[in-house]
Amino acid sequence: MPDYGLSDYLQFVLSGLSTGSIYVLIALGLIAIYNVTGVVNLAQGEFVMLGAMFAVTLVGLHIPIGFAFIGSVLGVVLVGMLIQRLTIHPARHAPEVSLIIITIGTAIALRGLALLFWGTTPRSLPEFSPGPPLNVMGAILSRQRIWIMGTAGVVLLLLYLFFEFTLLGKAVRACSINRRASELLGINPELMSLLSYALGAGLGAIGGIVIAPLTLVDYNMGLVLGLKGFVAAIMGGLVNMPAAVIGGLALGVLESFTSGFLSSGIKDAVAFLTLFIILLARTTSIKTTLQEKRAQRQARPKGR
Amino acid sequence: MSIRSVSKSWTRSNLIGLLVFIAFIGTLPLWVRTPYALSNMVLIGIYSLVTIGLCLLMGYAGQISLGQAAFFGLGAYGSGILTVHFGWSPWIALLIAAVITAVIAYFIGIPMFRLRSHYLAMGTLAFGAIVTIVMNEWKVYTGGPTGLPGIPRFTLGAIPIKSDIAYYYLAWGTVIIGLIIALNLVRSRFGRALRAIHDSEPAAQSLGVDVDRYKLITLVISSIYASVAGSLYAHYIIFISPNAFDFSVSVRLVLMVAVGGLASIWGAPFGTAVVILLTMALREIVPLLTRYGSGEHQIIAYGLLLVVIMIFMPDGLTVALVRAWRRLLNSETLRRRLSAYRRRP
Repeated sequence: MPDYGLSDYLQFVLSGLSTGSIYVLIALGLIAIYNVTGVVNLAQGEFVMLGAMFAVTLVGLHIPIGFAFIGSVLGVVLVGMLIQRLTIHPARHAPEVSLIIITIGTAIALRGLALLFWGTTPRSLPEFSPGPPLNVMGAILSRQRIWIMGTAGVVLLLLYLFFEFTLLGKAVRACSINRRASELLGINPELMSLLSYALGAGLGAIGGIVIAPLTLVDYNMGLVLGLKGFVAAIMGGLVNMPAAVIGGLALGVLESFTSGFLSSGIKDAVAFLTLFIILLARTTSIKTTLQEKRAQRQARPKGR
Repeated sequence: MSIRSVSKSWTRSNLIGLLVFIAFIGTLPLWVRTPYALSNMVLIGIYSLVTIGLCLLMGYAGQISLGQAAFFGLGAYGSGILTVHFGWSPWIALLIAAVITAVIAYFIGIPMFRLRSHYLAMGTLAFGAIVTIVMNEWKVYTGGPTGLPGIPRFTLGAIPIKSDIAYYYLAWGTVIIGLIIALNLVRSRFGRALRAIHDSEPAAQSLGVDVDRYKLITLVISSIYASVAGSLYAHYIIFISPNAFDFSVSVRLVLMVAVGGLASIWGAPFGTAVVILLTMALREIVPLLTRYGSGEHQIIAYGLLLVVIMIFMPDGLTVALVRAWRRLLNSETLRRRLSAYRRRP
């Protein structure tokens, strides 16, 4: 095990936080969609991929990064709404198994279309503000990572303001709490479903664009990212956004330390193992098991 | 999604259907021309074995598995490692690999079945991903990403089963045995319990069906099917690598079951054949249409097919085709035309 100093630990934490911010963005998109529609969007990672791809294409057309950012997000939002209309809406009464398979099919189709349009060669996006990495108390942090964390922070703030203070945001929240009741109050749940997909797609796209300069952008990048975002999301039970934020950041930091202390090949396994452990923890609650055992003992007739 | 009505035992039409199927499979090599086509038939057989097991799990027990390829891979690598590194006989290796896979499936299954469908989907996906990572990283035994070469053939006494034809009969013989077992399972008390669970878990539980145990048993059974198929695969291809057992393979397996009809055992080999033949066709056509020419574009078709089938034909392609055929036969215009034709002197 290599000899690490304090600044190295700080480095792990900071780079983990920035990676975790991406997972947070993806998780928030998943939660936004699940809260309103009840559908687990297994194609969330593809929104991330499309966001990155659109941005790469726009920047390739010499559009300045700011406009490329906005254009890409709008493009992915449009795609998200189309998907909701074309694949989820017709199947909204289908059993859960069907819906899950539909989202998987959508994810695969999107991946294939990306392959068709952009081919197999990985693309890259230049950093938002080119320059040498910053030195934070001995930890080396690339400028893009600052952008990632900053963007995630701004997005979180905007989401909070949206859900707390705007009428539309409150309508979406109402619909996620009780669909039928909000329908009675005049909120259109179909529109809310569409909007939730728009929101989810947008959040995914933002995540994709900010991470694009740091990673290889190709048609396959969505799969693993989507999975890790899902892990963060289920730390909040797919409904709790603040918990997902903590979960996503924690996952990022955990991965960072694993990569530093074990090997970077294993770090993907971290997310999967974490997923496993969380799933186990959610289902086998020790308290309930003890209660069950006590009830069983009391229910058994005496003398057995 | 409907499950067809129950029959208590083997009716005469079912037996005839089975015999026709066996005859069809038995005589197929006679009129298959190219070695390429024959080897694809072998692969269809091997994958059919996996999909029959998966169909039991998804269609009857109603559990999503996005990691079935992991069990397939465990069987393949189990057989591969035991025969290459330890020199065991392929037959014994097949059995041991199946046992190991079943045990792993059992322990994976215990916590998983308390989960709701989407958690289960992700849980199986994660399991599949972990297995893939182990295949890639445990280089000592698996050879890592470059794969495990030099897997020996099955032998009957001293004769190795090497030719495509011999392997065809081995694979499809196993499939037929697997089909018979699955069909019997479905028609038995076990199958009825599964159907009850699928329709309504709380209701089944209130009637005394131990839901968790049945789901677990079905998972283990499906893992055994996949493992045996994996062993067959390993000794056929002789060289295995991790990317034959990854998430995209799991997805393709789900697609095969979906095309055949989630709740149809007979549909499983049919759906497998459709998907594999479609892959073959796409591999020929796509390079003519696009300049990239990589066979990867077929995944677009997979995705679209999955979506369309789940929305419009959740009972599977077979049932939809049969329904369309019946509607055609019953149509008024057709009947009128036929009767008009008959009245002419």
